[in-house]
Amino acid sequence: MSLFTASGRRSARSAAGRPRHTHNLLLHYLICGLIAVVMLLPIVFMFAGALKPNADVLADGGSWRALIPLHPTLDNFISAWERSNFGRLLLNSLVVCGATVGLGLVVNSMFGYALARLRWTGRNVVLAAVVALIIIPFEALAIPLLLMMTELGWLDTYQAQIVPFIANPFFIYLFYSFFLALPRELEEAARVDGAGPWRTFRSIIVPLSKPAYASVAILSFLMTWGQLLWPVMATRSEDVRPLPVGMSVFQTLPPLQWGDIMAFAAMMTVPTLVVFLIFQRAFVQGVAAQAVKE
Amino acid sequence: MSHTTLDKPAPAPPSAPVARRRAVSGASSRGRVVAILFSAPALALLAVFLIFPFVSAIVLSFTNQRLASPLPVEFTGLENYQRIFTDGQFWRSFGNNTLFAAIVVPVQTAAALALAVLVNRQLRMRLFFRTVYFLPTVTVMAVASVVWKVLLLPDSGLVNGVLGTLSFGNLQPGWLSSTSWAMPAIVLTSVWQGVGFQMVIFLAGLQAIPASLYEAARVDGANAWQQFRHVTLPGLRNTLVFVINVTAIFAFRLFDQVYLMPQFPGGPTDATRTMMLQLLQTGYTRRMIGQASAIAVVFFLFVLAVTLVQRRLGREERTVR
Repeated sequence: MSLFTASGRRSARSAAGRPRHTHNLLLHYLICGLIAVVMLLPIVFMFAGALKPNADVLADGGSWRALIPLHPTLDNFISAWERSNFGRLLLNSLVVCGATVGLGLVVNSMFGYALARLRWTGRNVVLAAVVALIIIPFEALAIPLLLMMTELGWLDTYQAQIVPFIANPFFIYLFYSFFLALPRELEEAARVDGAGPWRTFRSIIVPLSKPAYASVAILSFLMTWGQLLWPVMATRSEDVRPLPVGMSVFQTLPPLQWGDIMAFAAMMTVPTLVVFLIFQRAFVQGVAAQAVKE
Repeated sequence: MSHTTLDKPAPAPPSAPVARRRAVSGASSRGRVVAILFSAPALALLAVFLIFPFVSAIVLSFTNQRLASPLPVEFTGLENYQRIFTDGQFWRSFGNNTLFAAIVVPVQTAAALALAVLVNRQLRMRLFFRTVYFLPTVTVMAVASVVWKVLLLPDSGLVNGVLGTLSFGNLQPGWLSSTSWAMPAIVLTSVWQGVGFQMVIFLAGLQAIPASLYEAARVDGANAWQQFRHVTLPGLRNTLVFVINVTAIFAFRLFDQVYLMPQFPGGPTDATRTMMLQLLQTGYTRRMIGQASAIAVVFFLFVLAVTLVQRRLGREERTVR
């Protein structure tokens, strides 16, 4: 009914415009849907592969069967978990991410507050310096940091993966711009009530700035959770190695079993996927906050 | 702008209702202490783990420093730079990064913009579409790389399965095992994983364009394309410049995919060797810190150049604070 009447005579419903509009809308949905399928395929493939007997992953690979586990089994998950020491890798990733994100929120927001609201000599110079530091990509620092970690004896530790990443000039700047835009009245009221700066910060600023904290937390989490180059250099053992490095080792570990590898990938993705689906809004705002930079 | 200082000493109990009226002049010394307490952790960390290594990279690039080596460190002038600039592998990497940037920057930017425009329209399912398009970003690059590695297997991968059906078996690229198709394989993976991220940035930009501009254009009889061309694009100017800049820098940081996807790092005949892989192998595997630092400095200068170009392009319409 819809296709024909909509695109045919424009008599049926209203005078002009309407039917063409419906037609357009249908096409719009079609295009959006098609793209959605393409974007989802690899993820569906990953979960399907994880649920298949190992041999089937490649055997089914070239056809529609690649996307459906015809003989579903959880064996791959068990085998991948045991062969890769997944529990330990997950713990490492959680420790590194948790500490980096958590400490980063405290340290960066405090500095952002000092830049936005406290008055001290040299503040403007320091602010300009922080903005200038944003441009330095981590990769430019990796080699000297590797030397530093070696000399400090920090190689193959958690702190080598956490401490250098706590302070982040971009996050400082995000907090700074957010705090700058907050109304001053509340702070002044708090001050009149006798609250010191720390208390004002804790009980007025932080609760008001939840969106900023959420954005930074999510950006910082995405950056840390996926990090590969640095832990490849700075970690050696399974005791501290995070998931992405674990993945790079596991995907070449004989005997090569693609079902296991897909199960590893799936187990690594599920936590972030769940967090994303719960905090979607904050994710999107966090990413959009990137553009604030300029 | 009026500055009001928070001039209470940090550790003081909040109950002390002392001379808060004298604030303005008495602020300085206490205010300084508070400011130091708030700033010190971040400043110290930035100094030790950002500024110091950054300066070190420059200094080390003029020395023969090696990792964990008893050999004495000597100043070697421009030797490291001479060595990397006469190294075929370095140029090969640089070329690969450039090729990658030349494809990914236009493709990913255009795709992200198209997606943003598609899902910015009033659709019942637009939230669903946005979520789905953003989903690949949430799967970390390491996961994306490994999944696409299997999808792109020449004989048993889904991509060639589909291509084979569509082209009646004529088009069967070797992807990661082929010199000419290895880089496109990396591109495909990167765009799939990254496009949602840029889409969200564009969406934020689109929503900042006032609806009245579109209404005015419609009144003037502008069709959809004309509206896009004369309202959307100019309105997105700064967002576009930003996204292009970020994507270009990202292209020169390319590492995860080329480390994880090819059979061995570097790919067939070094087709996917990149500067970051070169950095890792020089500084970490071969322990030549000095020479790797020179690569880092060259890389940084490139990032700096791209950003300065962006600042120039973006400046014109930036709002003044």
